[in-house]
Amino acid sequence: MSATLPLVNAQESRAATSAELVGLSKHFGSLKALDKVSLKIDAGSLHALLGENGAGKSTLVKCMMGFYQATSGQLVVDGRERSIPNPRAAQALGLGMVYQHFTLVPSLTATENLVINRPDCPAVINWEKEKASLTEFLSTMPFQIPLNVPIYKLASGQKQKLEIIKQLYLQSTLLILDEPTSVLTPSEATEVLSLVKSLCEQRRLSVLMITHKFREVSDFADTVSVLRQGRYTGGGKVADLSHQDMAAMMMGQSAATARPGSSGGTITTAKGRSNANDNDNDNDNDNDNDNDNATASNSNSNSNSNSNSNSNSNSILQLRGIKATPRSGAGLISIDSLDVEAGRIVGVAGVSGNGQSELMEILSGQRPLLSGSMQVDGQPYTPTRKAAREAGVRYLPEEPLLNACAARMSVAENIAFRNYDLKADGKPAWWLDRTAIRNHGKDMIAAFNVKTTSPGAPIDSLSGGNVQRAVLARELTGDIRLLIASNPCFGLDFTAVAETRERLRAARATGTAILLLSEDLDEILELADTIVVMSDGSINYQCSRDEADVPTIGHYMAGHAGDSTAPIHSAPV
Amino acid sequence: MSEVDLGYWGVPLAMLGGAIRVSTPFLFVSLGECLTERSGRINLGLEGTLVCGAISAYAVAFETGSPWLGVLVAALCGALFGLLHGLICSLPKVNDIAVGIAMMLMGMGLAFYFGKSYVQPVAPDLPSIPLGAWSDIPQLQAALDINALFFLGLFAAIVLDWVLRNTRAGLYVRVVGDSTAAARAMGVHPNRVRVISTLAGGALAGIGGSYLSLYYPGSWNEGISSGQGLMAVALVIFARWKPLYCFGAALLFGSAGAIGPALQSVGISSGYHLFYAAPYLLTLIILIITSSPHRLLSGAPAELSITK
Repeated sequence: MSATLPLVNAQESRAATSAELVGLSKHFGSLKALDKVSLKIDAGSLHALLGENGAGKSTLVKCMMGFYQATSGQLVVDGRERSIPNPRAAQALGLGMVYQHFTLVPSLTATENLVINRPDCPAVINWEKEKASLTEFLSTMPFQIPLNVPIYKLASGQKQKLEIIKQLYLQSTLLILDEPTSVLTPSEATEVLSLVKSLCEQRRLSVLMITHKFREVSDFADTVSVLRQGRYTGGGKVADLSHQDMAAMMMGQSAATARPGSSGGTITTAKGRSNANDNDNDNDNDNDNDNDNATASNSNSNSNSNSNSNSNSNSILQLRGIKATPRSGAGLISIDSLDVEAGRIVGVAGVSGNGQSELMEILSGQRPLLSGSMQVDGQPYTPTRKAAREAGVRYLPEEPLLNACAARMSVAENIAFRNYDLKADGKPAWWLDRTAIRNHGKDMIAAFNVKTTSPGAPIDSLSGGNVQRAVLARELTGDIRLLIASNPCFGLDFTAVAETRERLRAARATGTAILLLSEDLDEILELADTIVVMSDGSINYQCSRDEADVPTIGHYMAGHAGDSTAPIHSAPV
Repeated sequence: MSEVDLGYWGVPLAMLGGAIRVSTPFLFVSLGECLTERSGRINLGLEGTLVCGAISAYAVAFETGSPWLGVLVAALCGALFGLLHGLICSLPKVNDIAVGIAMMLMGMGLAFYFGKSYVQPVAPDLPSIPLGAWSDIPQLQAALDINALFFLGLFAAIVLDWVLRNTRAGLYVRVVGDSTAAARAMGVHPNRVRVISTLAGGALAGIGGSYLSLYYPGSWNEGISSGQGLMAVALVIFARWKPLYCFGAALLFGSAGAIGPALQSVGISSGYHLFYAAPYLLTLIILIITSSPHRLLSGAPAELSITK
């Protein structure tokens, strides 16, 4: 990479901006979303911002970006106190943000997106000139982006890179990244963060990065701040902090000690991951030994669970030669063979948008098959509500409030959706038994620890974690043969994540076959017995938990079936 | 000049002439609707705008004797309607389709009220350009007797297409129509862009209305528009929200509308009434063919209330 950034207009290359928040508070009515938070981002440093959902991270960055006005407190940029009334003012100070949800306009090309975002965009655009200067600008970047293809045809990784490139193009000198790697493969994530880190080291950028992932903090960040319930609960130099320290700050000291099991588990996983990555090449022998041991212990546990559930190794779910049209673009969803056995979790890994949502739709009957067959328990299965009830198939779709609930209906009614139209003896019922619905709801709310003001409260008044608990209560009660779950922990807080995963393990222990589609590779590594990778609408890799190797899985997630070079994920066009 | 008997050849010729004649209001309304929809709003009120444009142009042309002044006033009248629609829809929790229907009914009511006294008088027509003067065949001359507004419409389609691709303003319209969040993030005011787009779209529809009363059919009556403002919505879908395709689609709808009169002109008198329904049938067929349960229409602005 060259030492100076070629700029589109002839201004001088700006150096990294420093920023400091002093006692920043933001109140929404009586809710203190931010309570006297102070933190400092040095010029040229990469500062990580950790915290659970609802800890106030997004409120904090929205105050910095001018979307919200802080109730009290100061914002100091490059040593001068500033007020930022709107996003344009933030941009003028060199503050740029890469949002978790992409802000590129889907129907515009990369070129159009970049040019229209420039504050000095000319009234009539000379595309020849703009394209030439953009190509020159991009030639200094470590990766290439197709410039003349509409954004909706790009893969998520490419969009994320383009978002970062956009900020550099707009001459941002303080970059705010909101969970920048949540839609990337592990290798893409490393690539993107390495780029950001190297720009920091050249003192062209300072970065504030919101993240959930301890590994990213310890691998890339210089300093870290932790928020919890709107308050600053700790931070400092990353080098001085262990993952346990950070987890304790995130969850509050008391919570961490009260639930050693769940927090400990998560932290070890995170640590295990980073160790596995570090040792990748050096300690092959050691790893092999470990794997052998793991295989032995695992096969034991398998035979146990099989004998528990009283079934042979027959598949509960069997997909053969499935073909269907994808949501967008050309190509096909094509799954030759996928089996889920009783008492096993099969994890489908993959970068978002590679056919997982379509697979979920196929399995839930929302997307017609062009060809192929689905069998549950050896019987042909056509997903309807009736068939699902008879075959014991249950679903945990992603974004439960949107896909598994009627948002304005009550918690009890939502919990009753599977069987409200059946009498106690299983015959169809004409009249709703409101008392039974309410009582059943009450029982379930207690059993699954759903926090709600009453069974009659509308379900959209619940937090994300409690919505998922209510859906779990509905889907995991009764005689279940097969559970199909899609990103069940997406957007949930620490406690709800731990609980949801525990419920899935418990269901597996009672012999339920589980198909788990997840964009979170850590989640799959934690839960699945068998891992398959989905890319470009088909399954291109399968391995057992013991053989699982993150770089290999990442390689297949990026869509490389055979070749080992090609660093850039080609767009599915 | 005497009529030359062309036999059944008269039908395609009359259809060509008819297509050009009938398509012009379609073209203007669909360009207006196209611009409005590209900014993320649907204006169903264009039917009312069209009728109001027709009566205001007719009245002004009759009172002043200048049809071009009538066209200008029709455009202003349309802009006013567009402004009203745009402003109402900028209020929180207002549905653009409901507002559009209300505006359509209001526009038609106003036009019929003020138009009562203009049913009888004859206003001066817009001039046409006799492009068929080289030919000896009167039917060909008639078919190629093309109004200047047709060329203005073609020009408007080309300009709109260019603006949407090559100017900051055009890109803002597309950004706002595709992603309100992205527009906000770059500091563009979505409502402002939409109000301006709806206003300009209304002006185009107003011009389309002036063509109806000042050239073809060339008089004022209450059935003057016969739903062209509503069919423009289907036409824009068919044209994939592209101004240049709107031109082609307008010609197609125009020729469908010209089948009935063309058959009548060669003396087929039985059942030709059925062909007057051709544009409506075409609308239905297009909507059915372009619908799909599996995917969004390609090219549809993502912020449209019907595609969200």
